[in-house]
Amino acid sequence: MSFWTRALRHKSFVAGGVLVALLVAMALLSFVWTPHPATEIDVPNKLQPPSMKHWLGTDSLGRDIVSQLIVGARASIAVGLIAVGIGIVAGVALGLLAAARRGWVEEAVMRLADFGLAFPALLTAIMLAAIYGPGLLTSIVAIGIFNIPEFARITRASANSVWSREFVLAARACGKGALRITMEHVLPNIASVLVVQATIRFAIAILAEAGLSYLGLGTQPPTPSWGRMLGEGQSMMYQAPMLAVWPGLAIVLSVLGLNLMGDGLRDLLDPKLARQR
Amino acid sequence: MSATDTPLLEVRDLRVVLPTARGPAAALRGVSFEMSRGEKLGLIGESGCGKSLTALAIMGLLPEGAVVEGSIGLNGQELVGLGDDALAALRGDRIAMIFQEPMTALNPLHSIGAQVAEPLRLHRGLDRAAARTEALRLLERVQLPKAAQRLDAYPHQLSGGQRQRVMIAMALACGPDLLIADEPTTALDVTLQHEVLMLIDELVQGSGMALLLISHDLGVMARHVQRVMVMYGGTVVESGPTAAVFARRAHPYTRGLHAARPRLGATRGTRLPTIPGRVPELADLGLGCAFAERCDRAVADCRRASPADVVVGDHHRARCIRIEEAST
Repeated sequence: MSFWTRALRHKSFVAGGVLVALLVAMALLSFVWTPHPATEIDVPNKLQPPSMKHWLGTDSLGRDIVSQLIVGARASIAVGLIAVGIGIVAGVALGLLAAARRGWVEEAVMRLADFGLAFPALLTAIMLAAIYGPGLLTSIVAIGIFNIPEFARITRASANSVWSREFVLAARACGKGALRITMEHVLPNIASVLVVQATIRFAIAILAEAGLSYLGLGTQPPTPSWGRMLGEGQSMMYQAPMLAVWPGLAIVLSVLGLNLMGDGLRDLLDPKLARQR
Repeated sequence: MSATDTPLLEVRDLRVVLPTARGPAAALRGVSFEMSRGEKLGLIGESGCGKSLTALAIMGLLPEGAVVEGSIGLNGQELVGLGDDALAALRGDRIAMIFQEPMTALNPLHSIGAQVAEPLRLHRGLDRAAARTEALRLLERVQLPKAAQRLDAYPHQLSGGQRQRVMIAMALACGPDLLIADEPTTALDVTLQHEVLMLIDELVQGSGMALLLISHDLGVMARHVQRVMVMYGGTVVESGPTAAVFARRAHPYTRGLHAARPRLGATRGTRLPTIPGRVPELADLGLGCAFAERCDRAVADCRRASPADVVVGDHHRARCIRIEEAST
């Protein structure tokens, strides 16, 4: 059975896929159309209830909630993509190097990863924001840096198990060097593990960005961000509770979608499960 | 000395120490042998005696942390201490190896055509199209049925015997001087074993490459190699022309192996004779003869020092201090 046939029968993968597709669609839509300009302040119409004009109402400055949610998806995706990208590029390279070279190189890379993991991520992000000033870029870099050791560890562990397989020995017996074996044999065989890990780290990055923005250290006003909307909504909790609910819901659904998709991919890419049918 | 006089492979006093959980263990304790061009040499012994390790040492593929001493000369070039890049240039080109498990020795993610073509692209610098043509020719040479259709097949679409043919094609790609076959048929069923060994025989004969065949099957040895070395506890305990070694069985271990071989026509219910005890752990081996603990003829002297190599016949040697008594 082909990958896509199996994928379409996997319920949680489909559910996750739909949610993630919605997230991506929202972010893309924001570039061409929003019901209202997302940052347009309209104080006389503040805290409007949902209506035909403002589908989910307006916030304390009269900005349209739907438009802000749509534009806010951009920040989430940008943080997710770039932070996971930083983590994958650097982490996978380090992990592959450790597995290929073993010995002191492996030891050094892994101790460095332990060192990185020993810092509480959020506190370090706050520290970075304190030094370089709050902003989207600072939070992306901070979250990205914390993805590096995660990816390095998982890459090294999976790569080591590939290196001990007999076809790698056979490839070495053919005269292939460590670099070729890494690129042609190790990387393709650990790709599925990395894809699954990437979706999960993507979800964590979205949460982290929301957390930093909620604290005022991530995306800066007036750029809309779900975390910042959540933070502003909190101060209006008694007058307009729904202000905090909408961005919260957006965050929950995105993270849920990515996690479901990641779990689904893990099942779908597992060669043992694939071969059973 | 001219090139034709130098043996193809000359192994002198090869010693390998492996790191184990119980500290360093001497896994090969002075292995010496020579192979000339086109010669077929068998390496026999039970699991853990150092057969595969000898092969891996020649390939330069010993596990991490192994310490090698002694000398391995290939075409007069010293391999011990050679850098990894220089060794990689020889592997797959001058020396090639066939592994025991065809099910796991092929990468599940690459087509077999690409895998067979790989050594050619690596060592001969062929482009994709030329390597593909050559791969097809090789697969036909190893008699893979429907080779042309199977170039783009993946390993899981092939049976064990077909995969072993693919492995053989890969090993032969660059026309090596030395082919090492490490139990090439152990994972195959009996009818296939014969076919694959006949194929290897045929290919070796046609090309003038030398074959180092590793097996624990005495029947295979008797049929396919001219000369045999019996290994035990990291040393060669007996070596010589196959017929002479199996006829004389100078070393008690060779005797034990020979007695323990399964035979057709044995009376039902007869138990297969076995060699008492088991292969000692490497770290436990003392100074004396490694086989002393399991040998029914062992005397106190056997445990004092490693026995010397004794000439027992024409090109026939054994390491035992009680050969005279043992063979009468």
